[in-house]
Amino acid sequence: MEALKRIESCFVVLPEENIDTDQIIPAQFLTTTSREGLGQHAFHHWRYDENGQPKPDFPFNQAENTHCQVLVAGHNFGCGSSREHAPWALLDMGLKAVISSEIADIFRNNSLKNGLLAIVVPESLHRQLLQASERKIIIDLENQQLTFAGQHHAFEVDGFARHCMLNGLDPLGFLLEQQPAIDAYENTHG
Amino acid sequence: MPKSLFDKVWEAHEVLPQSPDHPGILYIDLHLIHEVTSPQAFTVLRERGLKVRRPDRTLATMDHSTPTLPPDASGQRPYVSEAARRQVEQLQKNCAEFGIELHDYQSPHRGIVHVMAPEMGAVQPGMTVVCGDSHTSTHGAFGALAFGIGTSEVGHVLASQCLLQNKPKSMLVEVKGTPGPGTGAKDIILAIIGQIGIHGGTGHVIEYRGEAISALSMEGRMTLCNMSIEAGARAGMVAPDEKTLAWLKGRPRAPQGADWEAACQRWLALASDPGATFDTVVEVDVEGLKPQITWGTHPGMEGNIDLTLPADDNPDTRKALQYMGEQPGEAMLGRKVDVVFVGSCTNARLSDLREAAAILRGRKIAAHVRMLVVPGSEQVRQQAEAEGLHQIFTEAGAQWREPGCSMCIAMNGDRAGPGELAVSTSNRNFEGRQGQGSRTVLASPATAAASAVRGAIADPREFL
Ligand code: SF4
Repeated sequence: MEALKRIESCFVVLPEENIDTDQIIPAQFLTTTSREGLGQHAFHHWRYDENGQPKPDFPFNQAENTHCQVLVAGHNFGCGSSREHAPWALLDMGLKAVISSEIADIFRNNSLKNGLLAIVVPESLHRQLLQASERKIIIDLENQQLTFAGQHHAFEVDGFARHCMLNGLDPLGFLLEQQPAIDAYENTHG
Repeated sequence: MPKSLFDKVWEAHEVLPQSPDHPGILYIDLHLIHEVTSPQAFTVLRERGLKVRRPDRTLATMDHSTPTLPPDASGQRPYVSEAARRQVEQLQKNCAEFGIELHDYQSPHRGIVHVMAPEMGAVQPGMTVVCGDSHTSTHGAFGALAFGIGTSEVGHVLASQCLLQNKPKSMLVEVKGTPGPGTGAKDIILAIIGQIGIHGGTGHVIEYRGEAISALSMEGRMTLCNMSIEAGARAGMVAPDEKTLAWLKGRPRAPQGADWEAACQRWLALASDPGATFDTVVEVDVEGLKPQITWGTHPGMEGNIDLTLPADDNPDTRKALQYMGEQPGEAMLGRKVDVVFVGSCTNARLSDLREAAAILRGRKIAAHVRMLVVPGSEQVRQQAEAEGLHQIFTEAGAQWREPGCSMCIAMNGDRAGPGELAVSTSNRNFEGRQGQGSRTVLASPATAAASAVRGAIADPREFL
């Protein structure tokens, strides 16, 4: 995982509520055995018509959005299936952070483990972001602060996930270091 | 301090408690794997030169990408794509290389992971169970703490048998009353999701209890816990009781002899202590409940079978009605149905097939309807065939298939077409879930069968 400290970027808005992981990456693309290359299929059903042509009104098909690293999405983003292909696809599209007023548990866990920062913001800020005309944001993970429209806002992120992201560490390394405790547990619990 | 069922299971599996520096470390008793969410985890093991720590606590099957049509004369299975075939073969290779028990096509136990693992008695009360699959919540029916994880975490569990987890919040869903005729566990869980909403359970582990839950069979409790994730919850649990013990007794992996007696004692003691507290408490009254169906594009958009469609006064409702081709104020009853699917880890157990067969016996499905009945496992298939259920289905005009996820996720080529309306006993009615542009109505096996006969959404009570 790449270290992530600060993002300064435009953001894309998908205001729909309850965007589930089946929309983020439809099941037909889950037959892969690799993590790579899923970005081209992200939001497939919303992004392409039945002939595979890009739909011009879908935000990720618009030129001004293709370089944005941040997605602001409607309430309860990432619900449904536990497929980690969803954050893999978003990362492969070039995204580094997702912001919503609620983010589903498994998707949030999966994202943080892969270096996709999942940030939950209060409803009022969420509304401002969804309605913004100037879509620019700075996310400072070190100081847990985001800056939007000249205002600073603190945000919460799990301390361990933050540590791993800031330093580009994979949590599996930490878990493997705990082998003595795991051995001890197995010895007493059979 | 009085403890809840969830507290007891959690605490018994804490290798290290949560600290300011790291999340808690939770020991996993049973790790279920399937072909879709495991290959990248095995890649990580190979890259790092790691072994599977406890192959004996790991159990694999193949279900999502597998065809439900039989092999041809030369033994070739009709995979939807080369990628699907390769994914299944990769699982076979991974299990062979790392010494994991795999229930392959030859196994009498192969099936949807959440159907076959309980059948084997592999899931027992008080266990921690994970799988790279959100419907792992199914196994909470046995009083296990069971939840879905991502592929990175599949790698963590393969390598360490542990997960980094902070303790979720707890929620009690007390379900009182006696549901009305023609209903079952599916109608109860749809009603619960309708009441608490699809993110009502976010961050929580649910314990279901109350008279309506005690009255459910183990199969019904699996259907109930299965859809906990559709309420946003990580897991759903039901305290073990005599029904749980009776179901487990004699299963291949259940304890035997003196071990069995000791296990029963332990399991019955897992129930929440009187006075145990929960972060959130909800009461759901199912007295006289009518059959439930969904009308929209998530499971919380649901109601009584005789519902009228809501006004399109907010963007989400508008979008859902539009996707489904529906008008505000119309009824769902009588809407033309193109496809009926009886299957999935929610409703493809023997009891579900019996429920559908009871309505189809001696009847024919409407000529324009395509109906698939897909048993949840090889065991279910064999039992259903021994009872002659497959003949009832085929004589009615439905297709009887081989076990697998099939049209629940439409990965293997079984799918509904664009604009088609499918009444489905599965768990997700998301846009395109059953094929791009397809429209899904979630319902019980009885409602699905009744709708197949009528060729339109129908009330199962008219067929009882
Ligand atoms: S039947 Fe459907 S929900 Fe269940 S495991 Fe298969 S794809 Fe997932």
